[in-house]
Amino acid sequence: MFSIVEKRRLNDSMTLMSMEAPFIARKAQAGQFIILRVNEYGERIPLTIADYDREKGTITIIYQKVGKTTLLLDTLEVGDAILDFIGPLGKASELEGHKKVAVIGGGAGCAIAYPQAKALHNMGVQVDIIAGFRSKDIIILEEEMRAVCDNLYLMTDDGSNGHKGFVTAALQENIDNGANYDFVIAIGPLPMMRAVCNLTKEQNIETMISMNPIMIDGTGMCGGCRLTVGGETKFACIDGPDFDGHKVDFDEAMKRLRTYGEQEAEATREFNCHLMEGAKNA
Amino acid sequence: MPNMRLTKNPMPSQEPNVRNKNFQEVTLGYTDEMALDEAQRCLNCKNKPCVSGCPVNIHIPEFIQKVAAGDFEGAYQVIARSSSLPAVCGRVCPQETQCEGKCVRGIKGEPVAIGRLERFVADWHNSHATVQTITAPKNGHKVAIIGSGPAGLTCAGDLAKMGYDVTIYEALHLAGGVLVYGIPEFRLPKAIVQKEVDNLKALGVKVETNMVIGRILTIEELKTEYGYEAIFLGTGAGLPRFMNIPGENLKGVYSANEFLTRSNLMKAYRADSATPIQHAKNVAVVGGGNVAMDAARTAKRLGAENVYIIYRRGMAELPARKEEIEHAEEEGIIFKTLTNPVEILPTAVTDPRDPDYGWAAGIRCVEMELGEPDASGRRRPIVKEDSEFELPMDCVIMALGTSPNPLLKATTPGLDTQKRGEIIADENGLTSLEGVYAGGDAVTGAATVILAMGAGKTAAAAIDKYIQSKA
Repeated sequence: MFSIVEKRRLNDSMTLMSMEAPFIARKAQAGQFIILRVNEYGERIPLTIADYDREKGTITIIYQKVGKTTLLLDTLEVGDAILDFIGPLGKASELEGHKKVAVIGGGAGCAIAYPQAKALHNMGVQVDIIAGFRSKDIIILEEEMRAVCDNLYLMTDDGSNGHKGFVTAALQENIDNGANYDFVIAIGPLPMMRAVCNLTKEQNIETMISMNPIMIDGTGMCGGCRLTVGGETKFACIDGPDFDGHKVDFDEAMKRLRTYGEQEAEATREFNCHLMEGAKNA
Repeated sequence: MPNMRLTKNPMPSQEPNVRNKNFQEVTLGYTDEMALDEAQRCLNCKNKPCVSGCPVNIHIPEFIQKVAAGDFEGAYQVIARSSSLPAVCGRVCPQETQCEGKCVRGIKGEPVAIGRLERFVADWHNSHATVQTITAPKNGHKVAIIGSGPAGLTCAGDLAKMGYDVTIYEALHLAGGVLVYGIPEFRLPKAIVQKEVDNLKALGVKVETNMVIGRILTIEELKTEYGYEAIFLGTGAGLPRFMNIPGENLKGVYSANEFLTRSNLMKAYRADSATPIQHAKNVAVVGGGNVAMDAARTAKRLGAENVYIIYRRGMAELPARKEEIEHAEEEGIIFKTLTNPVEILPTAVTDPRDPDYGWAAGIRCVEMELGEPDASGRRRPIVKEDSEFELPMDCVIMALGTSPNPLLKATTPGLDTQKRGEIIADENGLTSLEGVYAGGDAVTGAATVILAMGAGKTAAAAIDKYIQSKA
């Protein structure tokens, strides 16, 4: 069992949680992920390691409430425990050898982009963070991101924070103004990562993205997370989750991500019904 | 006087048309009377060819004589001297090519039902016995076992009985390896696997789940920081192979490992499981081994109307156990042998926003014929000209075999492997690293449960010798 030692609501849909997991905390590196299972009937879901504290022996995750399992996880409080917490999984990001990097996060993807930016910043690399959100009430980690970069460009789709537009608009503007990035990291929804890759391909800037396909075991034994990268089949859980964004088949990845769409929607509806019943009975 | 009937006592089982809709065990096991009667068929012959056919050399006539005398616990103790997982092996061993294949009674008539008797004895022990298996006093030496499949469980059991302090590290959330994620409930009930794991814990073996060795701890750290004097790698061959044909990444195309893991380990067939699985109408399983049979029979139980086994050689060449092929046929699985897929066809492209877009809709195959034997002695399948045909299919499961997972090799400097990733070990299981032993599918590539157990047993003896020689 893995005890929850911190829980913080970041906005209406996103929560930060830290677990006691000393073995994983000793080894975790930026870019790696964990798989968790809340209870005996639970499914295994992957979540990126957002932060770790080797001394306290804790791992921090940030999740968006998108369906049954994340809603269930969100019913737990500090002092509760989850059944299974497995990691660190995946390859650590290869961040060596860059001078000036644009780290781009989209929505919940900022939770994954943040540790990457932090690692680069601690290596002495010049880092610009471009973070995109739908509107200003769902902005997360603003202070944390600001602390680990040279410039933070905070964009909202609706301009509710004063900087209207997608992350690609900010990236294009910085490039036009001579930002001279030698590396771009983009993490967020697939359409956003694809848009960034289209832009950086034109500009010939090497771009790394973090893929988020469906996973079951996370250790390479099933291929549920397979992707086509440069014409070859790769397993995101052992070959990634980071890949060269200019080589990923986005179209295929988007389709595969929707495999269980109907079953997921049904499970979420049922879960919400039970929650309401519970509230009535209480 | 032995019972000279030429046939085995038949095994009671669920009716095919009932069982292909549920996940309960197909075969129901012998009653006391059936076991006593079958045991009388053993001639207790002097040269015991059956024993040499068993990879762990169970003293077969000795245990069967105890059964014949009604001493079921005594029979269990005889088996326990050689095997740690009799309830499993009695169910999943290919006895026809092992112990029973060598039985003298099989020359004229059917061999003695050794597997069924072993299963009977183990089940009897698990539901009646209170006596603990006797172990040697603790000797204070520590051994780590990586992987809790049949090889690791056997190695752990043998070492614990010798008095070692044994810890098993398992990457998944449940111990058992292929016994929990691969072989379905209807062939091997998970309660039986759990019982065997509990038996090991009762011997003092510690089981640490959720520990992906290579990532969370390295082999080097287990040796230096944690003081394990020897390590056994029983990590199996879990990396699935694909065909690399067009359409293989469409939705509805699974590796057998994924399909079976969802169903067996995650219990996706049950309403109270949070893990989804596709309930397809037409299912193609590509491959002819036990894993293919398990996947096909699982798909049928999930409600598929038509389930096909697609295999490039003929019925006679199917590598699966005879009993599994018979069970599959009885349950309505359709065998399309001498057939090979060349492409998986997608649903028609209409609107890219249609959520159904990107699913498998059919399979294109070619017919095959068998040519001259190849280097392995098997007749090579050759494509028949102009034989292409298509079948509608909304789910395709690839059961083409597996290779060892590359993670351990990648994170353990100095560990030598073959090109496909199999760990190189000598006849005692010793790898290229001092004190590090390996066995089972991790060394041989995908094979059988009992061979993995045999390798676990051999390595346990070698580990004991190695540690004693240092002490």
